[in-house]
Amino acid sequence: MEHIISLTLENKFGSLSRVAGLFSGRGFNIESLSVAPTLDPSVSMMTLVTSGDDRIIEQIMKQLNKVIDVIKVVDISESEFVERETALIKVHTRPEDRAEALRIADIFRASVLDSSPTSYTIEVTGDVRKVQAIIHLLQPLGIKELVRTGRIAIGREPTRPAQAQPRPLAKAN
Amino acid sequence: MQLTGAEIFLESLKREGVDTLFALPGGVVLKIFDVLHQQKDIRVILTRHEQGAGHMAEGYAKATGKPGVALITSGPGMTNVITALADAYMDSVPMVCFSGQVPSGMIGNDAFQEADNTGLSRPCTKYNFLVKDVNDLAQTIKEAFYIASTGRPGPVLVDIPKDISMDKGEFHYPKSVSIRGYNPTYDGSKWKIKQAADAIMKSKRPILYIGGGVQHSGASAEVKELAEMTHIPVDMTLMALGCFPGNHPLSLGMLGMHGTYAANMAMHYSDLVIAVGARFDDRVTGKVAEFCPTAKIIHIDIDPTSIRKNIHVDIPIVGDCKRVLIELNNILRATVNGNQKERRKPWWDQLSAWQQEHPLAYIQEPEAQIKPQYLIDRLYELTADRDPIVSTDVGQHQMWAAQYFKLQNPQTWLTSGGLGTMGFGFPAAMGAQAAFPNRLVLCIAGDGSIQMNTQELATAVIEKLPVKVFVINNRFHGMVRQWQDLFYEGRYSCSYLDNVPDFVKLAEAYGAAGVRIETVGDVDAGIQEALSIDRPVFIDVPVYQYENCYPMIPAGGSNHEMLLEDPPDLHKPKSTHKTAVQSDSDTVLTA
Repeated sequence: MEHIISLTLENKFGSLSRVAGLFSGRGFNIESLSVAPTLDPSVSMMTLVTSGDDRIIEQIMKQLNKVIDVIKVVDISESEFVERETALIKVHTRPEDRAEALRIADIFRASVLDSSPTSYTIEVTGDVRKVQAIIHLLQPLGIKELVRTGRIAIGREPTRPAQAQPRPLAKAN
Repeated sequence: MQLTGAEIFLESLKREGVDTLFALPGGVVLKIFDVLHQQKDIRVILTRHEQGAGHMAEGYAKATGKPGVALITSGPGMTNVITALADAYMDSVPMVCFSGQVPSGMIGNDAFQEADNTGLSRPCTKYNFLVKDVNDLAQTIKEAFYIASTGRPGPVLVDIPKDISMDKGEFHYPKSVSIRGYNPTYDGSKWKIKQAADAIMKSKRPILYIGGGVQHSGASAEVKELAEMTHIPVDMTLMALGCFPGNHPLSLGMLGMHGTYAANMAMHYSDLVIAVGARFDDRVTGKVAEFCPTAKIIHIDIDPTSIRKNIHVDIPIVGDCKRVLIELNNILRATVNGNQKERRKPWWDQLSAWQQEHPLAYIQEPEAQIKPQYLIDRLYELTADRDPIVSTDVGQHQMWAAQYFKLQNPQTWLTSGGLGTMGFGFPAAMGAQAAFPNRLVLCIAGDGSIQMNTQELATAVIEKLPVKVFVINNRFHGMVRQWQDLFYEGRYSCSYLDNVPDFVKLAEAYGAAGVRIETVGDVDAGIQEALSIDRPVFIDVPVYQYENCYPMIPAGGSNHEMLLEDPPDLHKPKSTHKTAVQSDSDTVLTA
């Protein structure tokens, strides 16, 4: 099963390769990875998408926790979360396809960043299904280049403060 | 106080209480060696190879419990020490290795003797540092020692570029460190420990399975108290030998691939395995699917990644073995009632039956060639009262040493378990001898593995490290030959060593002493003679060449399926090997 793991790690030389090396050295899979500094410049936030059965995920979480440069590990996908990914898609467009390309972009609320007589570069942001859907639709036109940021995710806040939630009532019957 | 990086290095080591440094110089560490030359607080042992320096640091660490320290140069110095780092990482040996690096400005330029030291060592160290500013050096060294010796211990590398050793900086040695991503858990969950105590009280066929973690946390006394209070038998892993007295009535000896019959049967048929500081290595579990089929498993370990890595655990307890066992013993002391010996009698009847059914055994005919087991057995008997430190290399002789040398005390057993590094034993013994100049330090080696680090004979002689190296000489890579006999129809591909050097002359060439023991009748006298020499000694013992090590669980087999002796159809050529120095290539292979 797919898991989105959010890592807080020291923003210093070598910490990214410690995490990456852990995955390659133990044969774990990385599907996507995105890393950037946080408000505290000494700390980076990494979002890592991986997959495996419960035993493998348990090992991944423990091994990540063991890495000294890793400060905090959270399996975001264990509870409610929102995720986003951005893709830049350079679509090859013959004259008769140009309108279709724009229509598809419009449907996905994607924007055109660059255009040339034979191509559009389309920017789309959304969850992974949305990004995959637009790629799927644009593919018949001919995708010249595709870059994706990898997914980032953040946990949802509870909709109500925990204390205010009504206690479950004992069943009457 | 303004000091150069090299001086900061020295002062920091002194603050860490380092008394011995295993080192080999090179271009980029000359400044540091220059400073070391002008002081007397730290003994600098010049080794002949960086691998030797690394293993000596390991031997020192295993025997003292303090981090061993090595200092080597860039490039080839670094690549040579990698084996020792990987070995220390697998066996959780506290060690701090300092490597020289080309000047900061040249890093990445393929400079002379440059290697990516941090990159090379990343997968085989607990942590590593590249020092980029001389003002960070003291803090880095403090952190290195802290990381190496706390939690689950391990090797730490500190890479020091040449300019950093020469730059001047302010020296303040930090009193304490705090690393936000590193907070080992020492105290086990009280609730889980209570569960473990309940499980122990309910269990009918419990077994203690202790590993190297018992040594690292100094929990031998607690293990003994637990075992004696509850009358539970004790299985030891290779790494735990010495942590529980080998001749204690509750000891079943070593378990695993070459463990005793009783130790392995006890695991297989137990209903409760209490794993303490052990990691369920594949050499212990055998076939995972059939491992301890009827047992509940309690696993106490400081490293959460060890828990449920290989097998399912019912009661995981993350914490320091000693602290957890103190807590567990406190609970049990209050709850244990009645005669535990009486209560465990049915289980012990079974265990004793297993022990009597297939004890460790070998046949030594008085006129025949020496059997390796006999030599080790006699060595054990003749030195037991001197509480020796025993190191081994890797292979058959290692397993026989583990089986027959019944150690009494922790920190007396130096062996390469996880990585299985041939060439480990001799330098490790020297490291221990450097720490304890007045103790008897024995190395049990094979003729194959000793040849991987004989250059350290020079170090042993010059540094007056009078280790006694027993070379169990069968002119084979014995364990490889055993597997080829059992699983490759006796095709000895690259396992026969043919021309083995004359180990007596080799030792003498370096200024050490050499002794050869050739007959069964000479064994005791030969051992006594070697022990009486106050220099390093190589004792060459030509042995029966085709002896196999049993019991043996074939790789991938289950723990109760042990081979206990040579299969009846096994082709065994007659051993023609009389001495180690037969010059004509004899007929071993064509016999």
